Amino acid sequence: MMSGADKDEIVTLTASQMSEAMKKGDLSSREIIEAELEVAKAVDPKTESYLATCFNSAFMVADAVDQARALGQELPDLAGVPIVVKDMIVTKGVETTAASKILKGWVPPYDATCVEKLKENGMPMLAKTNLDEFAQGSSTENSAFHPTFNPWDLERVPGGSGGGSAAAVSSFESPLALGTDTGGSIRQPASFTGSVGMKPTYGRVSRYGAISMASSLDQIGPCARTVEDAAMLFDAIAGYDPKDSTSIPDFPSSALKAAKEGKKGDLSGIRVGIIAEAGGEGFSKDVTDGFLRGVNLLSSMGAKVEEQSFPHFLHGIQIYYILMPAEVSSNMSRYDGMRYGLRVMPPDATAASMMAATREQGFGAEVKRRIMLGTYVLSSGQYEKMYVAAQKVRTVLIKDFERAFQSFDVLVCPTSPTTAFKAGEVVDPVTMYKNDIATIPANLAGLPAISIPAGLDSLGLPIGFQIMANRQKDELVFKVASALQEAVSRENEGPIWNKVPRLWKSGEND
Amino acid sequence: MKGPFGTRFPAFGRVVKMTEKLMSFEEAVSQFDPVIGLEIHVELNTKTKLFDWAHYEFGSEPNTELTPVSFGLPGALPVVNREAVRKAVKLGLALNCHVNEWSQFARKNYFYPDMPRDYQISQFDKPTNGNGWLDVELEDGTVFRVPIERAHIEDDAGKINHIGGANGRLEGADHSLVDYNRAGVPLVEIVTKPITGAGALAPQVAGAYARAVRDIAVACGVSEGKMEQGNLRADVNVSLRKSPSDPLGTRSETKNVNSFRAMEKTVAYEIRRQAYILSHGGEVLQETRHWDENAQCTAGARLKSDANDYRYFPDPDLLMLHVTDSEVEEIRASLPELPFAKRRRLKSEWGLSDTEMRDLLNAEAVDLVEESVKEGASPQGARKWWLGEILRFANEMQLPLEALAISPKDVAKIEEMLSSGKLTDKMAKQVVEAVINGEGSPEEIVEKKGLKIVSDSSQLLDAVKKALQDNPDVAEKLRQGNMKPMGVIIGLVMKETRGQADAKTVKDLVLKEVSK
Repeated sequence: MMSGADKDEIVTLTASQMSEAMKKGDLSSREIIEAELEVAKAVDPKTESYLATCFNSAFMVADAVDQARALGQELPDLAGVPIVVKDMIVTKGVETTAASKILKGWVPPYDATCVEKLKENGMPMLAKTNLDEFAQGSSTENSAFHPTFNPWDLERVPGGSGGGSAAAVSSFESPLALGTDTGGSIRQPASFTGSVGMKPTYGRVSRYGAISMASSLDQIGPCARTVEDAAMLFDAIAGYDPKDSTSIPDFPSSALKAAKEGKKGDLSGIRVGIIAEAGGEGFSKDVTDGFLRGVNLLSSMGAKVEEQSFPHFLHGIQIYYILMPAEVSSNMSRYDGMRYGLRVMPPDATAASMMAATREQGFGAEVKRRIMLGTYVLSSGQYEKMYVAAQKVRTVLIKDFERAFQSFDVLVCPTSPTTAFKAGEVVDPVTMYKNDIATIPANLAGLPAISIPAGLDSLGLPIGFQIMANRQKDELVFKVASALQEAVSRENEGPIWNKVPRLWKSGEND
Repeated sequence: MKGPFGTRFPAFGRVVKMTEKLMSFEEAVSQFDPVIGLEIHVELNTKTKLFDWAHYEFGSEPNTELTPVSFGLPGALPVVNREAVRKAVKLGLALNCHVNEWSQFARKNYFYPDMPRDYQISQFDKPTNGNGWLDVELEDGTVFRVPIERAHIEDDAGKINHIGGANGRLEGADHSLVDYNRAGVPLVEIVTKPITGAGALAPQVAGAYARAVRDIAVACGVSEGKMEQGNLRADVNVSLRKSPSDPLGTRSETKNVNSFRAMEKTVAYEIRRQAYILSHGGEVLQETRHWDENAQCTAGARLKSDANDYRYFPDPDLLMLHVTDSEVEEIRASLPELPFAKRRRLKSEWGLSDTEMRDLLNAEAVDLVEESVKEGASPQGARKWWLGEILRFANEMQLPLEALAISPKDVAKIEEMLSSGKLTDKMAKQVVEAVINGEGSPEEIVEKKGLKIVSDSSQLLDAVKKALQDNPDVAEKLRQGNMKPMGVIIGLVMKETRGQADAKTVKDLVLKEVSK
């Protein structure tokens, strides 16, 4: 056991360091959970990352892992390493709300496939993390319960929708988290919090048990402080699942291997395309500068970098705001008060008036806005003009990518046009939607994409750097990201994630 | 109160009922040309549901046959049951449909308490089976070809039980319970094109078509076809026009008509109702109605004009459905001989008249007779047993023929023993009854009861001699050629041999004795 190890040391370890320490017998899983619990008690009142905690069951898992290890049993690498899970993912026996009043109190009778895999790997789950209601938002201000705050500056948002997972990871409440990404909900919060967030190729991680927002775009992915940790988690959750029809069969993952390979810093032979359109109007100078510094680092490691015009890239957001609400409007239908979750009974209720009253009170403004948009998009008369047309443009965008990947191995651009903005600062929905302008195209084309910090802006806030690759080239994304992360750390005299204020220490940023 | 065991919810909408005026059927069909259309939902008999691994059995405890998928829990996803697809294709092929290599599931969005996701997963512009037809035989033996638009795959909804009202209907109910067990069960919805040219035969065409669809589904082994369990439900569309050259009139849609008789009655009723309206200068409303079995009429449920815009779109949770040519050919090769062709063949093979064949059909005895013939019985013999003695027992016991404990093999055996002279007709009937009563196989019963014709002529002769001796006056009459009291002697001999003698043999012996 790590004698006298204090929580500062323990919680700032990466997942792979925790894993190594446990293997060597320097640290037990219980000690890790105890440290995380102590940090959570001090930090979570400030970041408000969590919706529900489950430390009791986490200790039980930790003890079982410690015991098995003491008996000399062979354990998976991630055994005993704690994790938190976005509350958009269904967890058996643990309240799952999607941060919506309409699901408040719902305790699922089953586990999402990815959660089953966490359990198979012996990973203690500490908490369910906050999000914009039903993952609809880019700041985690749309949670029906409370907003989440950015550990780098508590007056700022952590991004969204997965702000809870990103804030928890970057504030050391957990080394790992699961997120869901429909238009950037893993990557944009990662960019705002200086953490690593990865959206896998559509179909590489089973969606079974991820509450559907827009089914053709949704994908579960890892959040971590380092690329290597994200890769480890990816390897644990990826794989074919017969319960998800859109799951890719027979495709073993080796992300950790790729990340380790990338760490060596040799990118010779890798062709990098800079998306020319993602850098103009709306992108702050700090972000563009930080991004270009990252690009230089890539070429310094031997990558062949070239700018590439991508005429339909910025149209992604327009397609997205037609197709996404259409799917949302249908996916939100089942929340009708009949079977689970909230039920509001108006006087002299009929089934129809009960459903209407439940949905009126149960859904927040942004969810209602998207249901209305989507209902309109799918209505007869609009369907051909809007839905069908948007699908056609989506195909054009996909073709653009296919063409680009003939000349490039990876495409890069800033993850988000700005760094983290202040809570309450963005009120106009369309301005908010534009946050995802650079992340949405990867969802529309089903591509793997990662956001890692490329540095800090003039306010000391992290800047996100996005790397995309062709479908099923997730490993390549991890490899390039890992190389860049090493180079950024060298340039900044230490990893970006380590520069965040320690919120459990009094006087630091509170 | 809510939860998996019965979700209570208040009545959904209101039903308005009114008494409607009708024209006589004869007058209606002389003034108007009826056009009908049927949408028949056939429930497939797969082991598991269409999109998940839940099992479904009719009549099981409410809300017990559910998984996260069929209960529509957040996060649960559908996966297509390939067995259901194969069965749907088989049914499509039997209905002479074109099977599309690529088809697609689409979401049909509308809110209803019996739908766990509040959208049905159905097929819209890319159905699995398109463009077919079915020949149906009417009572007078004429054949009517029904054109089929499509036969698509979709999942069923749960079942709502309205509590507190009359007849389990919504009207007057104070609350309702939902049983979601049926939710997700695979259906094939067979949609006809407008059926024109049937005229006064329109009700008969509707019934005959639905029966034919049921028989085909059962023959193909894709559905149990049990009407009483809702395995087959029809929506019946009816419209009238002045003449066959006019465009189609406004139609009514009568939902969930659940028996063949009710389908026929619905068509006839709607023809009469609409004819009255149109002939009085009124306008038929495009509305959804239901058949009221107690009142023997259709009643308006809701106006179709404010019906939902279903907002169909391809279900993003499911991939395009691919059925390869080789799969189609494999399924085609597995098709059984279809009922229509089979009946034609058997009728001619067995040399039956139209009436005889119809009697067999009505008694649902065609397959039983066919099986008995395969087991060695003569067609006429098998037909006589199944439609005679056995049918009488079935009617008495109020059971279908195939539910009785007698098999075609038993019938063939009994028939064989009868024709080879091992049993008398009377004995054979005794054996039939005993088999039905579960007393064993025909051979065992014959053995147990000691049923056999006494053919030992010395034993018979002794009995004849004794009877003649005991009744000299009768013997005298016989000697004089008066055959009237012959029955007395035969009766005595029968009594002596406990009924196991053949009456004709006895008669021959008596004649021989008295002519000595």
